Amino acid sequence: MEPQPAISDEQVQVEDIEIRLLLEAIYQLYGYDFRSYSPASMRRRIMHRLTMSGFSTVLEMTDRVLRDRQFFVVLLNDLTVNVTEMFRDPEFYKAFREEVVPVLKTFPFIKIWHAGCSTGEEIYSMAILLEEEGLYERAMLYATDIDKNVLAAAKKGIYPIHAFKQYTDNYRRAGGRQSLSDYATARYDSVIMEQRLKRNIVFADHDLATDQVFGEMHVILCRNVLIYFDRPLQQRVFKLFGESLDMGGFLCLGTKESLRFSGNEESFDVVNRPLRIFRKRQMRPNA
Amino acid sequence: MPGAAPVKAVVMGASWGGLNAYSSVLASLPEGFPAAIMLVQHQNASTENRLAWLLARYSRLPVVAPEDKERIRPGHVYVAPPGYHMLVDVDETIALSMYRAVHFSRPSIDELFFSAGHVYGKGVIGVILTGANEDGSEGLDYIRRRGGLTLAQSPQSSEAPAMPEAAITKGSVREVLDLERIGPYLAEFLIGLRDEKTEHPGRR
Ligand SMILES: C[S@@+](CC[C@H](N)C(=O)[O-])C[C@H]1O[C@@H](n2cnc3c(N)ncnc32)[C@H](O)[C@@H]1O
Repeated sequence: MEPQPAISDEQVQVEDIEIRLLLEAIYQLYGYDFRSYSPASMRRRIMHRLTMSGFSTVLEMTDRVLRDRQFFVVLLNDLTVNVTEMFRDPEFYKAFREEVVPVLKTFPFIKIWHAGCSTGEEIYSMAILLEEEGLYERAMLYATDIDKNVLAAAKKGIYPIHAFKQYTDNYRRAGGRQSLSDYATARYDSVIMEQRLKRNIVFADHDLATDQVFGEMHVILCRNVLIYFDRPLQQRVFKLFGESLDMGGFLCLGTKESLRFSGNEESFDVVNRPLRIFRKRQMRPNA
Repeated sequence: MPGAAPVKAVVMGASWGGLNAYSSVLASLPEGFPAAIMLVQHQNASTENRLAWLLARYSRLPVVAPEDKERIRPGHVYVAPPGYHMLVDVDETIALSMYRAVHFSRPSIDELFFSAGHVYGKGVIGVILTGANEDGSEGLDYIRRRGGLTLAQSPQSSEAPAMPEAAITKGSVREVLDLERIGPYLAEFLIGLRDEKTEHPGRR
């Protein structure tokens, strides 16, 4: 096999420009704004799609995106990264039970926002946890995502049965009190989440990059979404969360995400650092 | 190599046998090693980054279990967290991602290598160590095409030879070295370069 030729800095620069043009085209035509996403991660996903679909340049792919909505939907699926699972990071849910739930029990009403909920596994995990803690009745769960396709799947709450083995294991390690199968019905090779878990869940599309505050939440979960954003966009989102949270409300991030770079660290107390649970400071009277 | 771009990072990948190979390489790197080291080991997802703990015992350089957006600093060792791809971003920070597994692996070596080749160009060294699949050979070839130096552990010194063999067959590898030579080679190569620069300031 002939060795492939060298790739110069100029070639890479041209490719970077093509990527920016693609993201601009997507924004102008379809309204999805990926222009402030982490460039490294965007580039890898775009290049993956390019190779899979057999385009030779990003420009060629952009041409297709501009003319073919079906193709855009395929690309969108690559760009949003929807990987998720039930009780992902079981230790987090365990800590949530032990450190957040006791506080929530003192509230008459609980509003929880799942920002970037993907296909819904995270919401049903929380619904189950609240049910077991006797809190579901007074809770409202707001499940939002930028991607309408995943929201539709989240609403359905139907998952492949092969994933359930892992979920069952996660559930147990998360401190689950029953059996995960108590909350779902198996049908052929799928598992359907119980209808009763959905009664206090509201699904809505919401873009963290462009949309506004979602008011007076007691808890915000935004796990494994911010890693896809660049720092300025992260800062915008942290500001949005700060404004959407009630005083003393909780913010839960993915285990590799940090408030350190948010420019807003001082507004939060640390509840559990390794599992990324923070709490918005109570306003103190001026000393 | 006068006139060469300074090497800013060494990126490494391994799967089967990786813990041994990494502890051997890291043990032979001196304090003050002038480049960042980033490594990927295939492993199952978990909240903890235990490999970073384990490797810290063998390394004179600080070993970091990185967070997203963390700045990449010379002389530090960054261990990809289980369950996430670790990438180099354009502002020389770490970008973590949960994009689909590559060669059934997350973290994947290819993901790290492609991003490092993109950002650093000639200023990166790619190293493929022992392992049982083909992850890394595409990414290593990209590093080669971008002008970076590419190394592989010799198959006969590898617990699992498939990974270095795949890279060698692809033609991505410039030097094949036995395991115990890799650390010393990197140290000589990088610190040699640095001495040359300080001895002849202003010379190209
Ligand atoms: C990796 S999933 C995380 C799912 C879940 N929170 C978890 O941790 O398992 C990331 C989700 O963020 C969503 N997302 C990406 N950009 C977004 C934005 N600007 N606004 C809202 N959601 C976004 C994606 O569509 C995707 O469903």
